[in-house]
Amino acid sequence: MKITLKRGLAALLLVLGAGAAQAGVLAEDRADIMYHRYQGGGITVQGPSVLVRKKFGESFAATANYYVDNISSASIDVVVSGASRYSERREQKSLSLEYLRGKTTYSASYITSQENDYKADTYSLSVSQDMFGDLTTVSFGYSQGKDHIGSSVDPTFADTIDRRDYRVGLTQVLTRNLLASLNFETITEQGYLQNPYRFIRFVNGPGSYARGQEVAPHTRTSNAGSIRLKYYLPWRAALDGQYRFYTDTWGINAHTAGLEYTQPMWNRFVFTGSYRYYTQTGTNFFMDLYPRPNYQNFMTRDKENSALSTQTVGLGVAYDFPLGFASSFVKRGTANLQYHRLFVDYSDFRDLRNFPPGTAEPGTEPLYTLSANVIQFFVSFWY
Amino acid sequence: MQGMRKLLLPLMAIATLLVTACSSIEPWVKPYEREHLADPIMAIDPDPVSSSYMDHVFEVREGAAGATGGAGGGCGCS
Repeated sequence: MKITLKRGLAALLLVLGAGAAQAGVLAEDRADIMYHRYQGGGITVQGPSVLVRKKFGESFAATANYYVDNISSASIDVVVSGASRYSERREQKSLSLEYLRGKTTYSASYITSQENDYKADTYSLSVSQDMFGDLTTVSFGYSQGKDHIGSSVDPTFADTIDRRDYRVGLTQVLTRNLLASLNFETITEQGYLQNPYRFIRFVNGPGSYARGQEVAPHTRTSNAGSIRLKYYLPWRAALDGQYRFYTDTWGINAHTAGLEYTQPMWNRFVFTGSYRYYTQTGTNFFMDLYPRPNYQNFMTRDKENSALSTQTVGLGVAYDFPLGFASSFVKRGTANLQYHRLFVDYSDFRDLRNFPPGTAEPGTEPLYTLSANVIQFFVSFWY
Repeated sequence: MQGMRKLLLPLMAIATLLVTACSSIEPWVKPYEREHLADPIMAIDPDPVSSSYMDHVFEVREGAAGATGGAGGGCGCS
């Protein structure tokens, strides 16, 4: 009941993104200590994340991150499968090295993620180049990763995923108040791309259904392109708009749109408010209920493969605190609290928690919806 | 593939524009005009530890991934 074979982009090494706007000068030394908590859909995930970044001279920098998910889950998948709540821990560590030469920043990074039935290792290389009077930054990145998958219910099960990831980015100063950022990313995956803990269901008689194993293709390729505009408003505030299009060979097409407003106040506070909308079509082999066993070559009832939409509302506050005696070795410190409320509506995934086989006409159960609270508290120091 | 082509075309057009304009381009926003852009509220990714966490929250619950500006990784995230 442990893993979701979600193609998670851990994305904790934000060298490409964070560095893109500042290539030519390495980003400042900083440390972040965060506590994060996600609660919703029967799942609680919480833990720390610590990031430390340090320059060595003007040309070298290193960034290290340690991240933990402590998971306690009685999600709909766990409940419907008849299993009881489980707990597990995922640990992720990453290290990134950067080298600046002229207007070019080279970076290399390594991320490793481990839990009791899953291990993932990823190596990344990227280059970013400042040009045209520092109005433009172009970046390229490549990652290669391998996941090792096990199963807590079948000790003999072992399989792998090979992943390759190609990224291109462009950050452009358009006017003295407007920045644009374009990103394009292609991900290819090969291997065991289904979930050993999730099941399909099929009709096995009048008014009843039975469960079966899911079968997913062994390859998947996705393309995603995004545009982001950030505008400085005359009363010292910022407006950030984003759009992303995603398409993959399994048939998912997705649109993401987001808006964020940032308002500094009273000298030491910065408030943010955001809204994000996401919608996707399902994979073309997804069905909530198959008419019979072995209905087609590929079958899945993973809810992330269903058509769905997500809405997220966020509020945040950052407080720039006085440093007192620490000001001799720390330049700046902030305390940050962020809250997001997340709503997911599944268009083709039914809620079977109260409808075991034989209790309702299959296919008439209510559609599943999910809401969650996401809290982040972190302190940041620049030194 | 149709979608990919749609995305690639604007990117290629911008790249071509940049390359052809390379020899004659004059920075139209001078360094002394970048005060607003240098304000911390205009940072593309002011808090990497937080943005990467939110990317992770969405990637676990949605089918799409990528093009968020971060480096790729792999995890068997619940």
